[in-house]
Amino acid sequence: MTTGYFTSVEDVSARLAETGYLASPAVATTVFLADRLGKPLLVEGPAGVGKTELAKAVAEVADARLIRLQCYEGVDESRALYEWNHAKQLLRISAGRDETWDEARTDIFGEEFLLPRPLLTAIRGDEPKVLLIDETDKADVEVEGLLLEVLSDFQVTVPELGTIAATRRPFVVLTSNASRELSEALRRRCLFLHIGFPDAELERRIVRLKVPGLDAALAESVVRVVGALREMDLRKMPSVAETIDWARTLLALGANTLDEGVVRDTLGVLLKHQEDVLKAAAKLDLDAV
Amino acid sequence: MSAPAGVPERLTGLVQALRGHGIRIGTGETVDAARALEALGLTDREYVREGLASALLHGTGQRAVFDPVFDLYFPRGVGAPGLDGDGDDDGDGDGRSGRPADRDDLRDRLAAALAAHDQALMAQLAAEAVDVFGAYGSSSGSDGWSSYQTLDRLRPQTLLAPVRASVRAQGARSAGAAAFTDRLLDDELRRRIEEFRRLVGTEARRRVAERRGRDEIARRAVAPTADRVDFLFAGRTQLAELRRTVQPLARKLATRLAARRRRASRGSIDLRRTLRGSLSTGGVPMRPVLRRRRPVRPELVLLCDVSGSVAGFSDFTMLLVQALHDQFSKVRVFAFVNRIDEVTGLVVRGAADAEGLAARIQEHATLTGWHGSSDYGVALGEFAERYVDAVGPRSSVFVLGDARTNMSDPNLAALRRIGERARRVYWLNPEGTSQWGTGDSAALDYAEVVEMHECRNVQQLSELVARLLPV
Repeated sequence: MTTGYFTSVEDVSARLAETGYLASPAVATTVFLADRLGKPLLVEGPAGVGKTELAKAVAEVADARLIRLQCYEGVDESRALYEWNHAKQLLRISAGRDETWDEARTDIFGEEFLLPRPLLTAIRGDEPKVLLIDETDKADVEVEGLLLEVLSDFQVTVPELGTIAATRRPFVVLTSNASRELSEALRRRCLFLHIGFPDAELERRIVRLKVPGLDAALAESVVRVVGALREMDLRKMPSVAETIDWARTLLALGANTLDEGVVRDTLGVLLKHQEDVLKAAAKLDLDAV
Repeated sequence: MSAPAGVPERLTGLVQALRGHGIRIGTGETVDAARALEALGLTDREYVREGLASALLHGTGQRAVFDPVFDLYFPRGVGAPGLDGDGDDDGDGDGRSGRPADRDDLRDRLAAALAAHDQALMAQLAAEAVDVFGAYGSSSGSDGWSSYQTLDRLRPQTLLAPVRASVRAQGARSAGAAAFTDRLLDDELRRRIEEFRRLVGTEARRRVAERRGRDEIARRAVAPTADRVDFLFAGRTQLAELRRTVQPLARKLATRLAARRRRASRGSIDLRRTLRGSLSTGGVPMRPVLRRRRPVRPELVLLCDVSGSVAGFSDFTMLLVQALHDQFSKVRVFAFVNRIDEVTGLVVRGAADAEGLAARIQEHATLTGWHGSSDYGVALGEFAERYVDAVGPRSSVFVLGDARTNMSDPNLAALRRIGERARRVYWLNPEGTSQWGTGDSAALDYAEVVEMHECRNVQQLSELVARLLPV
């Protein structure tokens, strides 16, 4: 079963670009395959390279509703899948004090008392949907077991109601920063995509797209400096998000060209650890910070 | 899709080769890969590469193995460049027939490609270079192709100066080029040249594979992933790569430990908070609240052999220790060759410069007496005498080393004394189990006193550490 949002790899690139997401060939290819094969897409990579943005962009292109499950330590079935509305159930029970049994036996485990959470919401209904399971690695291992049924068969089993299967598959994106190793079973159900730092050419285009006021030569210099920083052995490498921030900062400062002073003063936008700043300053031959 | 003959065979061959390198691929993934090929077609090689990677791989580290293997099974072309054989999956050979007249011509064109960073042209030049300079053997249909020989004759590294000059000249013409980024140029060019060297390597492998059968080459010529490299045999570049795997590894271990600690901390029911929580459900206690136990932070004592013979191992383990430092209230690290000294202060977190760690330890700590070879007996004895206070009932002791005592007394009594005081003692040995007890190794003797584990690569190390570390 395909989700059928795209017709070809080029179509993916072109339409994602319209929403302001410039995809590398790798990204476009896997998005197309995920769409065509109807498989979930597991996206890994460093923070700030646009993993979550990808899901948002796909939702926008497909004109689909974006359903987001933000994972965190301790997220559980009742947050991810569904929950019974206990308060309403109690209300139902206590409201019918004087009625006869025939009137009272309305099942309190019916649709009316079900509170669907992201995974169930994504399964039900016929409108196009994109399900984003964000930071999957932050969730506990048990949640992965929960995801397996949803991701392989696109169905959810509620003991009291039976199995609810999707009539229309959502386009599923899982993201992970690899802070915990995801289980083999989960990986097996997904197409795998690693988004790394983009190459210089792509990053230049991204910067120019996101920071339109920046002049071309400066954008090129920005990307080159960031590229050089990524080659250093830093604790936290600057990501695309930081590149864009830096470009915006330079624009706001009215800097027309990069020179030592400007770079020295704004290095903090790119690097998030003091030791990294010192190291980069030394390597780039900046004067003492 | 009318697939050209042999595509299923190529795909299964690729999968076999990847499995041979320890990547676990099930039949389901192979079928997915085939479906991916069907959906993508074979017109664009990069799409095919990315599509297969997404269907077959499960992790980032596997990509380093996948790419060279893919190049063998789905080559850019067949035969010599410019003479592209029958319709292969890439239409790259569109009538290029200009064979390079000589080395200088090729170098000039390479310089231009490097200056412009034209990757397609660089790949093409790599193919030409291997064709012209890489052949060795007697006959015209030569015996093989060598990337080493190609690079030796072409000497791309000497192009740095001329390319730099030409880039600077261009930069001067297009006004407004920032002088600042000039200083980045050298490193960028060096990386481009490195990239070209890799392309030459790939091309040479492909040509050899045509002759000798790609299954053979795929098995031998592709380096293993970083986490499966033997510590004791890792080269310089591999060590650098190993270091890069430490950071995520430490993070992974830290979350796993945190989860275990959390689970272990679930104690008895906290009645007061359970009742408070039940207010929203009309006094029905739906969710029992558990009382939290006070967390006890475990202590860790490490004894590391840092002699030359296990340098790769100890260097690497130190980095891991450094990364795990904040997980434990107390980590004390001792290094020894034949004297033992505390190096905790040198390993603390935040002291960056991981590369110099080993050198700093050698410099600041007294590790050797009057000879430079390791002596476990003396070192353990000295530890048991001077630092035994560091070990208590809450501490886990890890001994890291190959247990090669250079024929001196292993001093099992000292190790036993340490074992009696500590909660647990583990010994991680970077040598294979089959080597234990051979030559001057006292591994088997020590293994009778404490638990000893083989720990030859990152994969094993991470499994062990996750299993053995105290919660």
